[in-house]
Amino acid sequence: MDVNQFKFGLDTFGDVAVDHTGKQISYEESIRNIVKEGQLAEEVGVDVFALGEHHRKEYSISSPEIILAALASVTEKITLGTAVTVLSSDDPIRLYQRFATLDAISNGRSQVMIGRGSFTESFELFGYDLRDYNELFEEKVALFDKLVKGGPVTSSGKFTPHLENMEVYPKMTENKLDVQVGVGGTPESVVRAARYGYPLMLAIIGGNPIRFKPYIELYKQSAKKFGNPIHPVGMHSHGVIAETDEEAIERAWKYIVPAMNKLGRERGWGPMSREAFENEVENGSYYVGSPETVAKRMAKVIKEMGIERFDLVYGINGQLQEERFQTIELFGKEVIPRVKEILKEGN
Amino acid sequence: MTKPMIGILGAGKLGVSLGQLARQADYPVGIAASGPAEKIKLTVEILVPGAKAYTSEELTQMADIIILAVPLSKYQQIDSEWLKDKLVIDAMNYWWEVDGTDQVFSDKELSSSERVQQYFDKSIVVKAFNHMGYHDLVDNAKQGTTENRKALLIAGDDQKAIDQVEKIVDDFGFTPLYIGPLKNGVILETGRPLFGASLGLEESKELVKRSLEEIRK
Repeated sequence: MDVNQFKFGLDTFGDVAVDHTGKQISYEESIRNIVKEGQLAEEVGVDVFALGEHHRKEYSISSPEIILAALASVTEKITLGTAVTVLSSDDPIRLYQRFATLDAISNGRSQVMIGRGSFTESFELFGYDLRDYNELFEEKVALFDKLVKGGPVTSSGKFTPHLENMEVYPKMTENKLDVQVGVGGTPESVVRAARYGYPLMLAIIGGNPIRFKPYIELYKQSAKKFGNPIHPVGMHSHGVIAETDEEAIERAWKYIVPAMNKLGRERGWGPMSREAFENEVENGSYYVGSPETVAKRMAKVIKEMGIERFDLVYGINGQLQEERFQTIELFGKEVIPRVKEILKEGN
Repeated sequence: MTKPMIGILGAGKLGVSLGQLARQADYPVGIAASGPAEKIKLTVEILVPGAKAYTSEELTQMADIIILAVPLSKYQQIDSEWLKDKLVIDAMNYWWEVDGTDQVFSDKELSSSERVQQYFDKSIVVKAFNHMGYHDLVDNAKQGTTENRKALLIAGDDQKAIDQVEKIVDDFGFTPLYIGPLKNGVILETGRPLFGASLGLEESKELVKRSLEEIRK
């Protein structure tokens, strides 16, 4: 494996920041800040900048492609992606058109990561029934895949229009759309990504990441079985980087834990203990600390898992704007080169 | 003595995690999903080495003990006759996002596991493995040592079945803690303080005591 081929990404859902008085900034300001964050990510050498679609109060990103389009015109080399686009409640034809457009504006730097999403608001909002969760995704990914492959499309389904030899524009003549599949741990989803021949990204948001290693094997074996290419696998996890471990840990405790607890309350599980938090920081799925600490942990996980892309989800919860910038800057300037160095030493 | 065969219905995150623990503890393991065995064959072989994929019908005939690890809104799709005379471990939980809000799964009269027992009326249902998150199950299992173990809570009405489940819990790497009849299982359900708990024995006992007092109010 060539370390220089590894991809390092930064992901955000557009968690709305608070200002120094503790007041939430506006959605407009949050969205404008994301453009600045993407610009900074390119400046400091990050390979991918990916936005996650949500339809909830605490996040400002529901239309990631528009922010990515803005970024396309002020950046030159960074890949502009989503993590994830909730295909189940989206229109696969519109989705293709939006990304074909983004790909044109960005000169081939667009990337769409499709997934089923871990939230449910989009179903109600766009008039879908959660009971069709699986069927919706299965049908839409089938149509989307046809569009990505190009040519006139023939398709019919329960949730999508009946099409016979329909052409969908704009045609992509320079590149093929870069499609990835984001998976949260459902084995069936891993097999599906392999069946369509798309690269796999694992969202690992808690616990020891090594337990996902067999999923990578499942992806590879399944791709082989379906006669599809075996693409490199990536993962994404939350993190906070600061000058010192203490500072980063304090910040993570202040922001990550309440965000997780809020989710827990909605879904019915209890608050996270300090012990559980510390486990996540030491051996689990939070990449928290000084650049050196985070680089060491990331390098270890990359090596043990055999993955080739690592995305850090930064800026969770109401983190101050300068705290977000700090994670981005330290990730690009210090963590990425250090991870590469450690991985090279290990070879 | 050879260990009884464990049949897991459900090849999702929970089914796979419990299958891994069962294989590590050297139980014969079969896993089934709703469709044909072929569909999950590779998943089972790779994620749960040593286990085999079957159809639900085949598996329920072969296995000595059944673990239910399907969405709570789906168990009634399993033919109750298939599970006749079997020990059935209910590891299912209510997730409104998956199971919807138009059906009652648990209320003051009947906890979710009691409803499961009513449906599988010719089987013996014991509630276990539901309160701990699937990755905590895998990360916290301590097989071959009893030091620093987490407690795994069990509710059930049949003493012989409870003993069997306690043995399985112990083999899987947790300290079994019996919390009383199936109706007490309500304190382990979604939204209750013990739901998601991954605690030691003493802390668990304390929380069980408080939770039981709470429901008796």
